[in-house]
Amino acid sequence: MEKTGLNKVDLIFEEIDPKEVLIKASKMTSDEIIQNMLDSGLKGRGGAGFPTGLKWKYTAAEKEPEKYIVCNADEGEPGTFKDREILDRVAYKVYGGMAIAGKAIGAKNGIVYLRGEYRFLLPKLMTELESFHKMISEIGFDFKIRYCLGSGAYICGEESALFESVEGFRGEPRNKPPYPTTSGVYNKPTSINNVETLVTATMIIKHGPASYSQLGTKDSRGSKVFSISGDTPTPGIFELELGMSVQEFVNEFGDGDTKAVQVGGASGFCVPRKKFQDTIIGFEGVPTGGSMKLFNSSRSMYNVLHNYLDFFAEESCGQCTPCRVGCQQLLKGVEKVKKGEAKSIYLNELVKLADTMKIASKCGLGQSVGNAFKTIVENFREEIIY
Amino acid sequence: MYQVGNLVKELSDKHGRQRDSLMPILQGIVEKHNYLTDEAMVEVAKELDISAAEVYGTASFYTFLDTQARGKYVIRICKTITCSMKGKIEIIQTLEDMLKIKVGETTADNNFSLIETNCIGWCHKAPAMLINEIPYTELTPEKVVDIIEGYMLK
Repeated sequence: MEKTGLNKVDLIFEEIDPKEVLIKASKMTSDEIIQNMLDSGLKGRGGAGFPTGLKWKYTAAEKEPEKYIVCNADEGEPGTFKDREILDRVAYKVYGGMAIAGKAIGAKNGIVYLRGEYRFLLPKLMTELESFHKMISEIGFDFKIRYCLGSGAYICGEESALFESVEGFRGEPRNKPPYPTTSGVYNKPTSINNVETLVTATMIIKHGPASYSQLGTKDSRGSKVFSISGDTPTPGIFELELGMSVQEFVNEFGDGDTKAVQVGGASGFCVPRKKFQDTIIGFEGVPTGGSMKLFNSSRSMYNVLHNYLDFFAEESCGQCTPCRVGCQQLLKGVEKVKKGEAKSIYLNELVKLADTMKIASKCGLGQSVGNAFKTIVENFREEIIY
Repeated sequence: MYQVGNLVKELSDKHGRQRDSLMPILQGIVEKHNYLTDEAMVEVAKELDISAAEVYGTASFYTFLDTQARGKYVIRICKTITCSMKGKIEIIQTLEDMLKIKVGETTADNNFSLIETNCIGWCHKAPAMLINEIPYTELTPEKVVDIIEGYMLK
């Protein structure tokens, strides 16, 4: 069927009876639940896009009796605010997804790692958690969830840094392998999933994988919650079917003067107007954890880039040299070019540095600084220089 | 400066004395006093039977676990791109004028500290700030004056 315009979906925020879904899940075997996830084509909604079914399958295969489900609610990517909204409105569906995942992999314990910036939500979330625990014990689910709070560190959204933080250490990413499915929090097999992924899992169990996988495209199944901000008349949270082009997105959300869209936040990609038509939002084009920032022609892309680099220079954990020094040098570098202290050709050296950071950095932070840097410098070079 | 008193003991009784109790204990102290003194960190180290360097090492990693003195109300203004685009500068100007301090400083009466922070997840309602844990969004200079006056009366 030919698609016209954007398909707005109401899956994540749909009010459901969680008990019904959990009773359904309790009658399924671990393999059946995992097969449902695999059939649905669901990929992680935090941004990296690892297939959820596979993650659960690998964790389920581990022999260790003590395993964990971790919900990554350390939503720190600039421009992302969907997880806060999801937790605020449908936390019971997040808890439901954790219990279902627990059943699938054989874990009795769940941890929600909530960023410190969202501490104001905690009293409400705890009350809801209490009723959830009561409800699942009635239907014979043996699963317990607790909260861990972050304290203002972007890097703790990186899975292994998050584990370190839960364990009471500095949030410095670990070497991989071993991957979390083998050795995660407390060095036990762990499935760590994004808030939205867990809600989606709940909905897949409710509606079945077939109806879910009808949404979206071959590489990007389903729908996604987008956090939309910047120069738009309608900032906010929207759930949309995957597979649209940036042009279609801009037609709906732009202010008529959009010159660039930053897809995926500071660690994502900048798409300039001339590429709107040919760029698909999703894993076949530009992937996103949901952050969509629109910039109109009144904005200086130098300021945008400078803001991102300043962000990374502060949020780099400092553990590995390529990222620690790289972030600072990229920031200093663009400042020098802007002030005329370095020739414009120096930008090429900085692009090389960003490439090196991608290869040599230990974790996703340092590896993805180059995404925004390169796409902004390549597409808006004159704005960086003059 | 504050006296940490029995707080560390109380928090340790509540959260345990394991390594993974460290973050909730430090967060509990900051919730009450807004920052960590050297004495408080040494006390935590004794209670958990770990080195004070471990406590400081962990605390100093996290932006919200301040190891320098902060006022009763810590104002954190988001400086990330959308808030920057939507008038963060006017908000800071208003706060600086009102509190007679610059970003990074604390008022003489120790009531307010003014700092910038990275994205706090309110980009669709920018500009935004946190006062302790409470978010305030869609700020205008007028709105900020009202909010701060409210805190001054507390």
